[in-house]
Amino acid sequence: MDAIRENIPLLLQGIGTTVALTVLGYVFALVVGTVMAVARVSPIPPLRWAATVYVEIFRNIPLLSLLILISFGLPDVGLRLPYFWCGVLGLTLSSAAFVCENVRSGINTVPVGHAEAARSIGLGFFGTLRFVVLPQAFRSMVQPLVNVFIGTVIGSALCSAIAVQEVTWVTQTLNIRYAQAVLMFLIAGAVYLVLSLGGAALGGAIERAVSPGGRDRSRASKALDVTAGAQA
Amino acid sequence: MSSTATQVLFDAPGPKGRRRILLLSVLSVVAILALLAGALWQFRSNGQLDPGKWIVYLRVDYLAFLGQGLWGTLKVTALAAVVAFPLGLLLALARLSRFRVLSTLAAVWIEFYRGIPMLLVVYAFLLALPAFGVTFPRFWMLVIPMILVSSATTAEVFRAGINAVDRGQHEAAAAIGLSRRDAMTSVILPQAVRLVLPSLILALVTLLKDSTLGYVVSYNELQFQGKTLVSITRYLVQTYLVVSVIYIVINFLLTRIALALDARMKARAAAG
Repeated sequence: MDAIRENIPLLLQGIGTTVALTVLGYVFALVVGTVMAVARVSPIPPLRWAATVYVEIFRNIPLLSLLILISFGLPDVGLRLPYFWCGVLGLTLSSAAFVCENVRSGINTVPVGHAEAARSIGLGFFGTLRFVVLPQAFRSMVQPLVNVFIGTVIGSALCSAIAVQEVTWVTQTLNIRYAQAVLMFLIAGAVYLVLSLGGAALGGAIERAVSPGGRDRSRASKALDVTAGAQA
Repeated sequence: MSSTATQVLFDAPGPKGRRRILLLSVLSVVAILALLAGALWQFRSNGQLDPGKWIVYLRVDYLAFLGQGLWGTLKVTALAAVVAFPLGLLLALARLSRFRVLSTLAAVWIEFYRGIPMLLVVYAFLLALPAFGVTFPRFWMLVIPMILVSSATTAEVFRAGINAVDRGQHEAAAAIGLSRRDAMTSVILPQAVRLVLPSLILALVTLLKDSTLGYVVSYNELQFQGKTLVSITRYLVQTYLVVSVIYIVINFLLTRIALALDARMKARAAAG
């Protein structure tokens, strides 16, 4: 127990860093991913291609490879970032690709008639998306976006491999110093379980709040989504 | 596929619209090229475009070195998949079982390994267990965590597949007098496994990505082999870029196969 008492500030700092990595990475990924999704359905071909290439690269690269490339590779080409921001950048780039795919397939679940109706009352590309399609698409996107959040939580642990002092790094360092393995694993495991289960619970609450048809509807829509859980 | 929402978000453009699209296209191409040029400039001004630093990746011995890593990656991925997928199926059946204890145990196992990072499991094998006198060879320190984590995610895949089999199939099986168990093994499961085939290929992609943690346990898979190569050649960006491209290509192909299979099965289901 001394191992904890003497190192409370360090542990709290580690937990804080994990939360910060996750929240920043996820929020930026939501923004970037939505922009990419809009680009992928836009009438401008080069933007569509660029977004497609982006998604294919960043959903297929292992997160660890990406983090290593960013944190150790960028200084070689003259770009220096603090390791924390390398972690945020890596998490953002990778999660954004998954957000983009989920937003795009969410857009496809909105009945075609709605987009046609929006166009017939004179809304343009952005108006149709902003006022008619995306608000409805969001409903079917809640569950997949929760999965991306959990992916970001779990991914943030990999930042310890590039020396970001988040909770995995802190607990393992203390573990080596104090040989309190069980205790340290309990702390780290609890942090991740609370974050990911908490995210899932919050997502469930949001989903119930926004879905008019109750549970049946949300069950039917995720009948078999092959890409669910495909994020590392 | 005639009418998905993405195709009715904008009208077929008229002459003015076409001019605008053309203008925006040109602008975005310029912007993208400017970005790429900026990246190349950054590489050049730091001397990273020196052909000498890249040409080595055409040499047989370097490629053989990386190939060794790739072989290691494929080996751990295949072994983990061969064990984890059947284990996942068993866990899914256990979670759906009527025995409360069994289904609770399975649920705890699944939620636990889905909720914590694989890196933590790897550290348990790398740092914690040796303290209790239990040590594994590096190969198993990578493969066992991969199996544990993947069994949990594939269990959920199988469960979704079993739930996706039409309710009528259960009823039909019961109507011809099959027991619950026989119905599961000879009616539901064969259909469920077919349904989840694309998801299993994507689980393979996840396993392949997870195998990069060999970097942490120092097992000779591709990412770690890249690290070793960097410590020999000092060509850091180049090596890690080459390694990443190899991962991207393999995963891209696997994802393509999974999505094509999924599309074909959906099309067939829609037709029949």
